[in-house]
Amino acid sequence: MIEIEDVSFARQGTPVLQDISLSIPAGGVTALVGPNGAGKSTLLSLMARLLPLETGRISIAGKSVAHTRSDALARTVAILRQDTLVSSRLRVGELVGFGRFPHSRGRLTDEDRHLIDDALREFDLTGMADRFVETLSGGQRQRAMVAMAYCQGCDCMLLDEPLNNLDMFYARELMRILRDLADRQGKTIVIVLHDINHAATYADRIVALRDGRLVSFDRTDQVLVPERLEQIFGYRMEIATVDGQPVVLHHR
Amino acid sequence: MAELADGIRRTAPRRISWRLVAIWSLAAILTCAFLFTGLRGNISFVLNLRLTQLVGMVQVGVAVAVSTVVFQTITNNRILSPSIMGLDALYLFCQTALVFALGGFGYAALDPAWKFGGEAVLMMAASAALFVPMLRRSSEMLMMILTGVVLGLLFRSLSSLLSRLIDPNDFAVLQGASFANFQPLDPALLAVGATVTVLGTLAAWRTRHTLDVVALGREAAVGLGLDWNRTVTAHLLLVACLVASATALVGPLAFLGLLVVAVAERICGTRRHAVLFPAACGVGVVMLVGAQLIGRAGFGGAVVISVIVEFVGGLVFLALLFARRRQ
Repeated sequence: MIEIEDVSFARQGTPVLQDISLSIPAGGVTALVGPNGAGKSTLLSLMARLLPLETGRISIAGKSVAHTRSDALARTVAILRQDTLVSSRLRVGELVGFGRFPHSRGRLTDEDRHLIDDALREFDLTGMADRFVETLSGGQRQRAMVAMAYCQGCDCMLLDEPLNNLDMFYARELMRILRDLADRQGKTIVIVLHDINHAATYADRIVALRDGRLVSFDRTDQVLVPERLEQIFGYRMEIATVDGQPVVLHHR
Repeated sequence: MAELADGIRRTAPRRISWRLVAIWSLAAILTCAFLFTGLRGNISFVLNLRLTQLVGMVQVGVAVAVSTVVFQTITNNRILSPSIMGLDALYLFCQTALVFALGGFGYAALDPAWKFGGEAVLMMAASAALFVPMLRRSSEMLMMILTGVVLGLLFRSLSSLLSRLIDPNDFAVLQGASFANFQPLDPALLAVGATVTVLGTLAAWRTRHTLDVVALGREAAVGLGLDWNRTVTAHLLLVACLVASATALVGPLAFLGLLVVAVAERICGTRRHAVLFPAACGVGVVMLVGAQLIGRAGFGGAVVISVIVEFVGGLVFLALLFARRRQ
């Protein structure tokens, strides 16, 4: 689904990413993890064409990110960044409706309206459709943003640290929604995560970066062993097992 | 449930369209008042004169409103208007330089059509030269705005330096050219300006949905499939074009754009461009025609329109600020 070949990236001469090559299969949740400055967000931005690709190739569902028109890509891949919403006086229904822009260029058809209502229902926002986005709590707002990305109707979704600023309740809720989208609708979800335990619980695969290099790319249970975690994060952490689920005791 | 949600979502637009109708009705009433009150003497002559003036005011109101809306959206702020790009200051500098070079009489004898065309082209070229390369390198809006402010200062100081060097009679000519003025409008200029404004407004209207997406910010807009650099560059040129046509026609109106958009947004309670464009244009016409009416009725035409616009505008703006704080 997502092919990354020999991607390197430098900011003002300092290498941020070096020779990343990996191939993320279609379907399932893939977590991008690594310490601060590892290049996770940069890699995601390159996939999302928010940064220009300097060396290497990235293609999503066979479409080269560098050479495909932005509006064609917008029908294949949806992205969600930690944007502060600049547009004030925007209602939740309108925000979610922007997800249809790549398809209808702003002139909503009946089918679009139907899909918007679907998205609102899917994310439990129907009762809030008429509220202004700035009156929502952080968690609700993030849910509305994800609903907009969902409404874009793409097979692939890229999310950059969507759990930042969310409390435990909303973080868990968002991860469950994403897991559900991957299971029920076969979406390919790539998500940058800080907390390794969210990855442990919800991700099928883990891509680990350190200092701009790919350290490991494997099934979640293969990555969650003390040696590999030490390789990624630079210190020894224990892994407990609760109800058959691995829990990383990274804070001790 | 879906029907219910749909029903809720449709009530709000209906209220908005009523407000649009209200704004434009007020504009129509003021327009009629401007044309038909206090008619004396040779009626057809006076009507003709007033009609020219009216076309000029409508054109300037629309150009200023549209350019400010677009500018605020692409620079992602609510408190700047295109005059911050230093365009007004550049215009003033051109006037001063011309008076300085040709003297008061020479300046007054210039063919207005050539002057208009030259100034419009100069202002567009200046903004293209300044801002397009900057957009290519990065999308750093703050840097661009700062450059605009600095350049504005530079042009203003150059103008004041030159105006100190010219003799007092020439200075009086310059003063007349430096404030917005709707009195001596040349019909030929009006035709050119109106064409530019109509075309520019149509272009902006066609991209109203795209501008809604631009307002979400760069990353969200790219995610929704916009070619960001191309979109922003094209809109900046459009803004320069509209500002140039309005400024070259009547002179600088620094405060008007900001005010018109703030009031329109306040009335309609939305930033959706499909609503904001017509609302802001209506408010622009109301303000200019209203100011002209006040000037004619209250001060015997002795007060320049820009003074009234800036005075009333300042009051409205303060009222808006206070009202927002009380909420």
